[in-house]
Amino acid sequence: MKNVGKLEITTPSDKEIMFTRTFDAPRQLVFDAWTKPELLKRWLYGPNGWSLAVCKVDLRVGGHYRYEWKHTNGNEMGMGGVYREVAPPERLVNTQLFDQDWTGGEAVGTLVLTEKDGKTTSVNTVLYASQAARDGALSTPMAEGMEMGFVRMDEILVSQVEAK
Amino acid sequence: MELIGYRDNAAGLDATFAALADPTRRAILARLASGEASVMELAEPFAMSQPAISKHLKVLERAGLISRGSDAQRRPRKLEARPLADATEWLERYREFWEASFGRLDSLLVELKGKKTRANAGKRGRIPPGRKKK
Repeated sequence: MKNVGKLEITTPSDKEIMFTRTFDAPRQLVFDAWTKPELLKRWLYGPNGWSLAVCKVDLRVGGHYRYEWKHTNGNEMGMGGVYREVAPPERLVNTQLFDQDWTGGEAVGTLVLTEKDGKTTSVNTVLYASQAARDGALSTPMAEGMEMGFVRMDEILVSQVEAK
Repeated sequence: MELIGYRDNAAGLDATFAALADPTRRAILARLASGEASVMELAEPFAMSQPAISKHLKVLERAGLISRGSDAQRRPRKLEARPLADATEWLERYREFWEASFGRLDSLLVELKGKKTRANAGKRGRIPPGRKKK
């Protein structure tokens, strides 16, 4: 079995982030999960108190989409954009911009799905306007707003600094 | 819990990683993890002059990883936790978002496959026993 369940995050260039994951399902179902609001709401949100409260999708070239996440502590985050390519079940290209614009401008996301033996590999690449924008994105509120239990800072420091 | 503002943090992450990319600076941080120290105290373990150590301290200060105490005589340096915590946590959190999301997507896909199978069986006139079509 291909690496079902293993998430890979890489940086193919200094302006891109790519993440790859294989699912035990046919391509059409995975494409549906990425594009139907009633399905997106069931999985696309961070752990520990977040939900995808608003999800609107107008799935056509030039159509808009809008995601709004809410946390039980009141924090909110919004993101949206326009579809540039819509080719079910294999390809989706859209712009993306967070309301608070942590990433210094719009990015372009490309989703490519390939299927083999009933399993689908999902490759998601996000292209930023610059390296600084990309690096800002890797510390977006989507990650930092999560209610993680913070390890005591001195424990982090000792473990990070002493590791060789 | 305080919200961390990452608006300008790209430069901060760069500075942090550049600061960490030197073994002497990493050793300085390790020493400061157990308490503040003066420049002289920090220089002691290294075969290095105080000006050379001071250069390293400037890099660490610019990255916000250490700060100077207010004791005018000794000006001890102390560790500032936040930038290093930021740098080491950002990738983890990004990864956590996607791992949590994709874990749920795995379960959702099992459910969708099950529905599809039942729908197909229904079309062929054979609904599996014990299940009703919705």
